[in-house]
Amino acid sequence: MTDAAIVSPRLEPGPRGQKPRRKLSRRNIFLYGTLIVVAVYYLLPLYVMVVTSLKGMPEIRLGNIFAPPVEITFEPWVKAWATACTGLNCDGLSRGFWNSVQITVPSVMVSIAIASINGYALANWRFKGADVFFTILIFGAFIPYQVMLYPIVILLREMGLYGSLWGLVVVHTIFGMPILTLLFRNYFTSLPEELFKAARVDGAGFWGIFFKIMLPMSLPIFVVAIILQVTGIWNDFLFGVVYTKPDIYPMTVQLNNIVNSVQGVKEYNVNMAATILTGLVPLIVYFISGKLFVRGIAAGAVKG
Amino acid sequence: MTSVSIKDLCLNFGTVQVLKNLNIDIDEGEFLVLLGPSGCGKSTLLNCIAGLLEVSDGQIFIKGNNVTWEEPKDRGIGMVFQSYALYPQMSVEGNLAFGLKNARVPKDDIARRIANAAEVLQIEPLLKRKPAQLSGGQRQRVAIGRALVRDVDVFLFDEPLSNLDAKLRAELRVEIKRLHHRLKNTMIYVTHDQIEALTLADRIAIMRSGIIQQLASPHEIYNRPVNLYVAGFMGSPGMNFLDGEIDDSGAFTFGGMQIPLDRYPFSTADRPRQAKFGIRPEHVVCGAAADAEPFSAEADIEVVEPMGADTLVWAVLDGREFRFRVDGQSELRSGEKIRVGFDPARASVFDATTELRL
Repeated sequence: MTDAAIVSPRLEPGPRGQKPRRKLSRRNIFLYGTLIVVAVYYLLPLYVMVVTSLKGMPEIRLGNIFAPPVEITFEPWVKAWATACTGLNCDGLSRGFWNSVQITVPSVMVSIAIASINGYALANWRFKGADVFFTILIFGAFIPYQVMLYPIVILLREMGLYGSLWGLVVVHTIFGMPILTLLFRNYFTSLPEELFKAARVDGAGFWGIFFKIMLPMSLPIFVVAIILQVTGIWNDFLFGVVYTKPDIYPMTVQLNNIVNSVQGVKEYNVNMAATILTGLVPLIVYFISGKLFVRGIAAGAVKG
Repeated sequence: MTSVSIKDLCLNFGTVQVLKNLNIDIDEGEFLVLLGPSGCGKSTLLNCIAGLLEVSDGQIFIKGNNVTWEEPKDRGIGMVFQSYALYPQMSVEGNLAFGLKNARVPKDDIARRIANAAEVLQIEPLLKRKPAQLSGGQRQRVAIGRALVRDVDVFLFDEPLSNLDAKLRAELRVEIKRLHHRLKNTMIYVTHDQIEALTLADRIAIMRSGIIQQLASPHEIYNRPVNLYVAGFMGSPGMNFLDGEIDDSGAFTFGGMQIPLDRYPFSTADRPRQAKFGIRPEHVVCGAAADAEPFSAEADIEVVEPMGADTLVWAVLDGREFRFRVDGQSELRSGEKIRVGFDPARASVFDATTELRL
């Protein structure tokens, strides 16, 4: 505070400059207290899972679920991935992982490709009946899946896709359509309309405007769509168990079969490891794209 | 020769009639300004000419071709938008080239045309930059350049200067005028700014709820507005209106005062009783000079607004608001009384019921 010695003769005594703030104010205690409680609430189960998955069965039987492992072992992880038995197969979750990849990748790509074009057409090319089409599509988002389970079984059977990976891809693509189309339509409506007009005067057509003008401006919303679809499809259980056969069960269904198997001892460490492995993909997706996700949601979903 | 011709153009959005039976013929090389308040249909008309909106009825001819059903790119038009509408992911060069690439113009031809446009608009140093790195004025230049490279017959401007600050607006206004002198293209320019309209236009079309009120030269519109609406819309501050009657001797009377109309150039033989007398603030003289005019009276000064070059005085004449402009150096104070006068030959008189010029 050496500078305080230089006092300008114009200043009066009293408040001056920036208002001082107490670090330990009541406001801060509430704010950070709440944040810490919520963070612990969410992180504790994860901690228990990680810790348990690294223990051997004898240590687990001691019953201290919060205690860190005395002897760290990765054996449960290996077993969960490679040798855990579900039904007749004993090759662990790896089979389910690759099934899920084969289901998720095409479903995500196809659904986003179609939905982005849908959204673009609805936002910029006001065709006759666009509003009716849009209303029906949005209505689709509110119909409970259970209502449609059986009709879709019949539909897939007639198409010869029942019980195949591609059948499931078709189902995921269709069910992703309402929400994705809404997302893309809102994003494209939020882009300045004059840009679209300028491109038309410049002689670009439907596809030219889509690929050269709209797509390069839509990275954030594509990231949002990818995250929504990857996590949604990866975490799906209902469609996976209904529309596929044991050989091609997705990872979630296989996880359930491992965890709920009634024979033998409950291997908690293997179950925990298997669960974390299954949840790892969405988790990684969130970590990589978190920032873009928030930006895209703010840009596309909120504005409407 | 007629460059753009609009015949019986109608546009409805549902049951709302946005444009009603519009007819305009625009000459080759003419600068036409569509002027009106927001919602009057001026931008809509421009979009119809551009082919961005489908018309409900009527025809549009450009260079003698019926383009009513043509796509925007086939109409021989270039358009400049209010928000610039530059493609953000492309460089300035890419923006200029986009339309030409779509039209499959040969590469060396594209380069030549871009170089030419960049030289005309003085944007050569900016060619490699992205739109985000440009200032508002530079962006608008690039937007004009995008129309320029396409070598079109007709330029359409949709409020191109509205997003710029006052100083830049004045600069670019002059530049657009210079560009017009140099290129001699037909230009159609939409604005709600009357200064832009008066300075740029060869002819102004004043629009109101989808109908053209008056289509004439800026001079004509300013001095001889055809109806009360045009008279009130043009000019800032607006024209003073006095409600009164035309008496049997042919003079305009209001509140016991009489304005002789023998010098007023009537355009019709009608002499309705109820009338409105309009005089622009800048046509009023005050002080000693007022008594030399055919009409003079005493007014009470209410508010004085010095604007530098001139001073605007809000006064009360016979209980009504009366504005006039005086020299910026004159020292008037509110509360004072002052003689004001004017020459009825410079005024406009309207029928109070039909609101048409007499």
